[in-house]
Amino acid sequence: MEHIVIIGNGISGVTVARHIRKLSDKKITIVSAETDFFFSRTALMYVYMGHMKFEHTQPYENWFWKKNRIELKKGYVKTVETASKTLHFTEGDTLQYDKLVIATGSKPNKFGWPGQDLEGVMGMYHKQDLDNLEMQAPNKDICKRAVIVGGGLIGIELAEMLNSRKIPVTFLVRESSFWNGVLPEGESQMLNKHIKNHHIDLRLSTNLKEIKSDENGKVKSIIIEETGEELECNVVGLTAGVSPNIDFIKDSEIEIGRGIKVNRFLETNIPDVYAIGDCAEQHEAIGNRRPIEAVWYTGRMMGETLAQTICGNRIEYKPGHWFNSAKFLDIEYQTYGWVFGVRGRPEYEKHFHWKHNKEDICITVSFHKDTNEFLGINTFGIRMRHEIFDKWLTEKRDVDYVMSYLKDANFDPEFYKAYENEIITQYNSEFNTNLTAHKKSWKRIFSKA
Amino acid sequence: MKAIKNIGLVIFLLGLAIFTTLPLLGTFNLNEADFNTIVKGQNIKSDVFINAIKSDIVGQDFNGMQTLSPKISKAIENANETHTKKKEWDKKIYTKSSDMAAMIGKKSANGFIANNKGLMWLLTFGLGILGALMFILPNVILLGKKGIKNDGIYHESATNQGWIGWMVFIFLVSFYLVLYFASEYATNWTLLVDPISEALSGNPAGHWFVYGFMYCTVMSVMAVRMYIKYRHNIYQVFRTTSVLFFQIVFAFLIPEIMVRLQMPYYDFKNAFPLDYDFFFQWNLKDLIANGGIGIFILVWGIVLTLVIVPIMVYFFGKRWYCSWVCGCGGLAETLGDPYRQHSDKSLFAWKVERYLIHAVLGFVLIMTGMTLYSFFTDTGMVLGIKTSTVQSIYSLVVGSIFAGVIGTGFYPIFGNRVWCRFGCPLAAYLGFVQRFKSRFRITTNGGQCISCGNCSTYCEQGIDVRAYAQKGENIIRSSCVGCGICSAVCPRGVLKLENGPEKGRINPTEILLGNDVDLMDLINQK
Repeated sequence: MEHIVIIGNGISGVTVARHIRKLSDKKITIVSAETDFFFSRTALMYVYMGHMKFEHTQPYENWFWKKNRIELKKGYVKTVETASKTLHFTEGDTLQYDKLVIATGSKPNKFGWPGQDLEGVMGMYHKQDLDNLEMQAPNKDICKRAVIVGGGLIGIELAEMLNSRKIPVTFLVRESSFWNGVLPEGESQMLNKHIKNHHIDLRLSTNLKEIKSDENGKVKSIIIEETGEELECNVVGLTAGVSPNIDFIKDSEIEIGRGIKVNRFLETNIPDVYAIGDCAEQHEAIGNRRPIEAVWYTGRMMGETLAQTICGNRIEYKPGHWFNSAKFLDIEYQTYGWVFGVRGRPEYEKHFHWKHNKEDICITVSFHKDTNEFLGINTFGIRMRHEIFDKWLTEKRDVDYVMSYLKDANFDPEFYKAYENEIITQYNSEFNTNLTAHKKSWKRIFSKA
Repeated sequence: MKAIKNIGLVIFLLGLAIFTTLPLLGTFNLNEADFNTIVKGQNIKSDVFINAIKSDIVGQDFNGMQTLSPKISKAIENANETHTKKKEWDKKIYTKSSDMAAMIGKKSANGFIANNKGLMWLLTFGLGILGALMFILPNVILLGKKGIKNDGIYHESATNQGWIGWMVFIFLVSFYLVLYFASEYATNWTLLVDPISEALSGNPAGHWFVYGFMYCTVMSVMAVRMYIKYRHNIYQVFRTTSVLFFQIVFAFLIPEIMVRLQMPYYDFKNAFPLDYDFFFQWNLKDLIANGGIGIFILVWGIVLTLVIVPIMVYFFGKRWYCSWVCGCGGLAETLGDPYRQHSDKSLFAWKVERYLIHAVLGFVLIMTGMTLYSFFTDTGMVLGIKTSTVQSIYSLVVGSIFAGVIGTGFYPIFGNRVWCRFGCPLAAYLGFVQRFKSRFRITTNGGQCISCGNCSTYCEQGIDVRAYAQKGENIIRSSCVGCGICSAVCPRGVLKLENGPEKGRINPTEILLGNDVDLMDLINQK
């Protein structure tokens, strides 16, 4: 029986394992040094905040793995010997594979800041980071201030976590406005305000110079690059992005760049070795996507796809229309298709932006300035229907159509106030159109592209 | 703000403490005239009992029900023993001793509590309401900006099955035990609400009136908490208002007013088989004897169960009843909301649930079949089994212990929907309709789920919502009461309760939306 070994029990590794099991009888082993069982990484924050217990972050009950004959091995892979198809563990033992899937995810970036390895400095990625934070910042008496470095999705989550225990947070963001590398200006500025309204000390255009230690090797303070200001703190969160967690590959035959280089079939240069999820790097970016996609959804999709290939139906990784979501404190964010911030925006991409006059609710619709083709939407504080936008993108609808039928796409809970009429009124006045909002139709919602 | 909260807590606990000690306080002195009224009213023929009460109880002072009640039960016991020996069957007393004690207690209460009902109401209910509101209202400010407010739930002893949770558990279970099995100890509580009962129905309060009044009070106060906690979510605000309205108006006010108008006591929204004694002989006789209104209630009750309930479930799902109208649901959604996370999400629990709730449904149907057969053929036996025995077993085991003691008492430990999930036969019936013929579903939003588990954690019915959402499947489960909290707590906008076409409602998927279209078609349509 062919032995498939998967390194990493995150969403990518577990998805590929589940789908291989659906399709075949192969022997499957998942290796992880992090936890005994699969858990949802994105949910770690809720454990610290007291919304859930750690066991609630585990999507499958513990009997699931044995029942589905997926073996779980706890161990840390030190080296991969591809010639003999052997994994060597730091614990000294070895494991033979027939096919190897590397799904080891990411690790937090560290940019060589002085003091970045002190006690009290941490990322927020692994289960161990959560345990560490619980130890270093159990409450506001022990952790009198925390400084977060890096204004991305993990940074804002960490800020929300600490905020939930009333620990004062200073949030250092390199950019001039929060996440404006990705988000258009209006949205980014709304978030700046939202963050400050939560009593988080947001410092824009601010970099970390160094982290200072007390006499016991613990964090004492940080120094800000621009002003030289020293901020006393007990915890420093490093959330300046992540990079592929592939140190153990470096001495092997497997080709790496920033991540493990894979082709569209998620195959590495070595036969029978594959890489998926955050640690995989496409030779050429797919469409507007980045070569390394460190997103939950893409990890899952690569897993779904690779299981087919491993089970004899060799197919390319072909992600569909881009989508993503996040939550910034109290504001939910969803995106479908492409809406670029200032950075990397194609010259043909034009935006329509609507914002509620009081609430933190807004949308940005992007479209082609010549053809009027709908390219994507960002929505904050309004939930939208994935299926509808996926269909509209496939059908290459123009932006007028999208605006007219926006009610079909609304996914907010029942009785919520709807804003389509306001949105379309502003659209009409901005673009000199005379569109009316059509009533929601189940027939359209259920029709296939 | 914090200080107001703390003062409120102290005031609430003070009110609660007075309320809790009341059953053991108070003075009772039964005069002969009152006792004669009871003898007459109850048609008591036992001279042994009458003499015993007259010599041991009448005219004497008793401090606390605990001194009075044992004497009464002793008197009944002795009398029945004597009459059994002498085979004087017509003299035996069949009234339960706790009912007898409650009756005597109510007539004979004469001390401070009986003479200061208004003041005592203020010291119990009054302090309780005031304190609770002082504890709850500052949250408008303390909870900060609107949004999901689940911070610290698993850090707090009260909501994480800690010692406070267990204390609440002990209190609630004891309260229900008194209510169902030792109602004489509720005598002083009935005194507090006498004025209210007299204003509504014209009668002094019994212990069920206390329960009804308390139910409405607790729901109202905890509804305020719901309004504050979920103020960003209009669905929750509407739903809370609806359950509150149906409890206060339909379950509490209308039945009491009907009694005042010489009509039968009836809760128009309480559908069979949750209302398990609707077809009991005494009820049918009572309804028929009441003429027009009785017949109307009889027809309404049957139409409600057979027509209205399933049609509404077809269009809106069982939520229209379970989390918008029902009294049990109403308490669960207000008092029970802080405990919703304790429902067991395991596959094992789901198995237990299906066996148990369908067994109760089978039980109630068989019992009702026997009851109707007995009613129309005028026999007390069906296939050699006494109908009344089956009815008593159901009333005790399901009606009192399961629905009351376990259903509510276990809130802090097993979550707020134990009865609704594992026991309610009406929920089982609605569940069949919801599962097989309904427009209701919880739609999963394509591929947006991140498996975080908030939905499953906060599902009061123990549904592993995430198991469906992470596969991109809609959630179609017979047990779902449509409370909408899964959708509220979802950080990524994945879940939406909606009523739509039946076609495409159930949508099993292997590959989620967002991946290769060909692959999705290949796998999902297999």
